[in-house]
Amino acid sequence: MGRRIARGGAVIWASVSDFLNMGGYGFYVWGSYLVAFICIAGEIILVFNRKRTLLRHLSLIHQSTKQEKGNETTS
Amino acid sequence: MAINWFKYSSPASFYFLAGKMIPLFTIAAVLLGVVGLYIGFFVAPTDFQQGEAYRIIFIHVPAAWMSMFLYVVMAVWSGIGLAFNTRLSSMIATAIAPTGAMFTFLALWTGALWGKPMWGTWWVWDARLTSELILLFLYIGFMSLQAAIDDPRRADKAGAMIALVGVVNIPIIYFSVKWWNTLHQGATVSVTQSPKMASTMLTGMLIMSIACWMYAIAVVLIRTRTIILERERHTVWVGELQGAAR
Repeated sequence: MGRRIARGGAVIWASVSDFLNMGGYGFYVWGSYLVAFICIAGEIILVFNRKRTLLRHLSLIHQSTKQEKGNETTS
Repeated sequence: MAINWFKYSSPASFYFLAGKMIPLFTIAAVLLGVVGLYIGFFVAPTDFQQGEAYRIIFIHVPAAWMSMFLYVVMAVWSGIGLAFNTRLSSMIATAIAPTGAMFTFLALWTGALWGKPMWGTWWVWDARLTSELILLFLYIGFMSLQAAIDDPRRADKAGAMIALVGVVNIPIIYFSVKWWNTLHQGATVSVTQSPKMASTMLTGMLIMSIACWMYAIAVVLIRTRTIILERERHTVWVGELQGAAR
């Protein structure tokens, strides 16, 4: 494996491919972090979708009540 | 009228307070997440037993901790909602469940990906893993029960029962590695090499845990605000909010 352990205890990755390889455990390490990222990103998307849908729904309600009131005054 | 306003003031004032706090927690989550991952991948040294595979710890342990903490927090809010009939606390409990389930899934998933290279198996029916799986089922049960009941206040009460009964699972998860002879390792990360290694690994893990906390608070606050709007949409203040927004 191309990485070395420096005296200070810090890891020095020899190259990007060495970093991605994770000492042969790349599949497991990146599989963990990739799914974690997908889950968090997915949750953020879902929570904002829910909010946007609701706000759109609420503004529609508001608009319709406004219109009704408008109709009442004009009629 | 004064009583009426007072009655609605709690979720309404929380709505605005949460709106101010969300950016702070989001920024903290992002900054701590970047720092934690940097320490985890570029500062923390290779484990002499597990090689680089141990780096899963920086997401696995925070996710597992969050899965348990969030359940306890959810149960406490549920219990307060049940005992004092406060709507806001039940809404917060409902908002916590999906995030808790997400972290439980992540703990199981990253655990499987860590178990395969270290234990030679994705899954074993040992006490720690099984009780964590039960935790996932408790979250799912809480959410599906609440989703199945149309009246939100009745859903709150039914969910609170699951949440409170399920709390018994939390000490089982936590002490499972002591009570039973499990394949899963003990409670603390045993790094018996130079203290320098232990400290950077531990620092990375703790920073990632705080980052997960900040993320969880931010996303739960956003979800709570949405739930408040959903449930309070017929109130005057939400109507005024909508009026002001346009």
